[in-house]
Amino acid sequence: MIRLDSLTKVFDTPKGAVVAADHISMEVPSGEICVLLGPSGCGKTTTLKMINRIVRPTSGKVFINGDDTTGMDTQTLRRSIGYVIQQIGLFPNMTIEENITAVPRLLGWDKARYRERARELMAMIAMEPDAFLKRYPSELSGGQQQRIGVARALAADPPVMLMDEPFGAIDPINRAVIQDEFLKMQQALNKTIMFVSHDIDEAIKMGDRIAIFREGRLVQYDTPDDLLTAPKDAFVESFLGEDRALKRLNLVKVREIVSDEIGSVSPGDTLETALTRIEDFGYSNAILMVNDKRQPAGIVSRSVARTTKGYCRDHFQSVPAAVHLDDDLRKVASLMFAHDITWLPCVDDDGRVCGQITQRAITSHLGSRYRAHQAAMGTADAAAKE
Amino acid sequence: MPIQSMKGALRALLLLAVFAAGVWSHASGIIDDFLWHLPDVQYLAVEHLWLTAMSGSLAIGTAIPLGILLSRPSMARWAESLMQVLNVGTTIPTLAVLALSMSFLGIGTVPAIFGLFVATLLPIVRNTYAGLKGVSPALMEAAAGIGMSPAQRLFRVELPNALYVIFAGIRTALAINIGTVPLAFLIGAGGLGELIFTGIDLYDPVMMLAGAIPTALLAILVDALIAAIAFFVVPRGVNPAR
Repeated sequence: MIRLDSLTKVFDTPKGAVVAADHISMEVPSGEICVLLGPSGCGKTTTLKMINRIVRPTSGKVFINGDDTTGMDTQTLRRSIGYVIQQIGLFPNMTIEENITAVPRLLGWDKARYRERARELMAMIAMEPDAFLKRYPSELSGGQQQRIGVARALAADPPVMLMDEPFGAIDPINRAVIQDEFLKMQQALNKTIMFVSHDIDEAIKMGDRIAIFREGRLVQYDTPDDLLTAPKDAFVESFLGEDRALKRLNLVKVREIVSDEIGSVSPGDTLETALTRIEDFGYSNAILMVNDKRQPAGIVSRSVARTTKGYCRDHFQSVPAAVHLDDDLRKVASLMFAHDITWLPCVDDDGRVCGQITQRAITSHLGSRYRAHQAAMGTADAAAKE
Repeated sequence: MPIQSMKGALRALLLLAVFAAGVWSHASGIIDDFLWHLPDVQYLAVEHLWLTAMSGSLAIGTAIPLGILLSRPSMARWAESLMQVLNVGTTIPTLAVLALSMSFLGIGTVPAIFGLFVATLLPIVRNTYAGLKGVSPALMEAAAGIGMSPAQRLFRVELPNALYVIFAGIRTALAINIGTVPLAFLIGAGGLGELIFTGIDLYDPVMMLAGAIPTALLAILVDALIAAIAFFVVPRGVNPAR
């Protein structure tokens, strides 16, 4: 757990005092990722760097796992916090192994233990120990270097990690891969993480909570879903963008709104049966055909079923797309737009059909949160009027 | 094809010229004259190197700590102005420095070593300072952020990363040093300058060359030696030569 209590930083500049962070108070529960988000110069990085005293706070306190860090020795404090920066900052004069084991060596671990740890960490970030440990940072690609940067921060297994735009310098394709890898690692590690970003999409993807900063002040601190449904003021609203309802698509998994009810035919059924089922289920243009393992095999369109005689296996079209239960709605929506369809079959890990997802269900799910929010605002307004 | 044959012709011509020069120098007796100076050259070269070794190691021993000191954040306010003073110091002719040191310390080895020390000091201080200042701020932040103490940052991060630049300074400084040692003869310290200046005074070009050529060879040799040391001492990750 990280708790900030009235953390303030005032910089003395020739033009007078500048308040970079103004009484920031917030709490990140254990095992969660909190993303500090805002335009540049909003105080998010200053706030992050006050936690490990790269920037010395003017006033206020930092608590880590309930302990006040004010009295702690700076070196000891920093060794107990993992730190990842945008420029990566691997030591070019050291091998990958020396880089990764920097903190354990500072802590005085014995050689066998920290070498063992280096191999463990390499396995964790999915890099071959024998191929990389003896190489130098300059021999690695940017993405590989940042993986090593993360491994170095994790080396001494700190409960808390600070990450300052860690994936900002990596190309978009690699960034998405590293983000996914990192989230997967975090599921197993359960670190308490503060993460600075200026990218709203990254914040929504990575953050359990998002803190929006503006001009040194913490404006709103909420879960991504709450933030997107109920931005506190015009600044937050504009920062999140006008497509913020669409951004919520990222947050919802197919699993949450899939409907179990899906009519289907098998290849051996007649087209007559298909037409009956289409009408029974009230489908407007087609029905899914599944094979004997219940995997999607094709679709039989209503017009074919109505005008032709024969078996489904001879008169189907290919399935345009299917989505997995763990895919997010953004992918679903994208597939629907790409194929000009209003429903998609959903499959489980074995590729078996287990339901369908419709455009209607998506819009209704996204809308329900807004309606609830509007209703709450309405009652609040009414209460205020009385 | 024409280019290759041209190259071949040039090479043949060059060989011919070298051969002709050899024949001429042998016939005119220059080589014998040269060899006649050999025992002197050997003795004086040792003296020369000794002066370089003494003044050079003193300079390295002083300049690196000084450069480190100047690069510390607490010195930031003074460092730039002090570097300016040192830069102005570089422009004073070495002969003048030697003359000044003679007027305080008398003649002989001690004032010579002192004068050479001053002339050698500056490039090393400058490169040490520049090398340390050139270490990327991101690297320093990472080093601080993982909990290195200031001393650990200096020895594990700053110095290893600045080492290549520091070695470049040492190479420059020692080349200057060896080329300056002949002037030390003027204040009575010996070295290959003895042959050079005596040769000039006696209008004896062979004698002068018997001092000048070994001086140049020594400079090249020492430069190569320092380069070799740098090759092995500078960590592989930050060593452009490896």
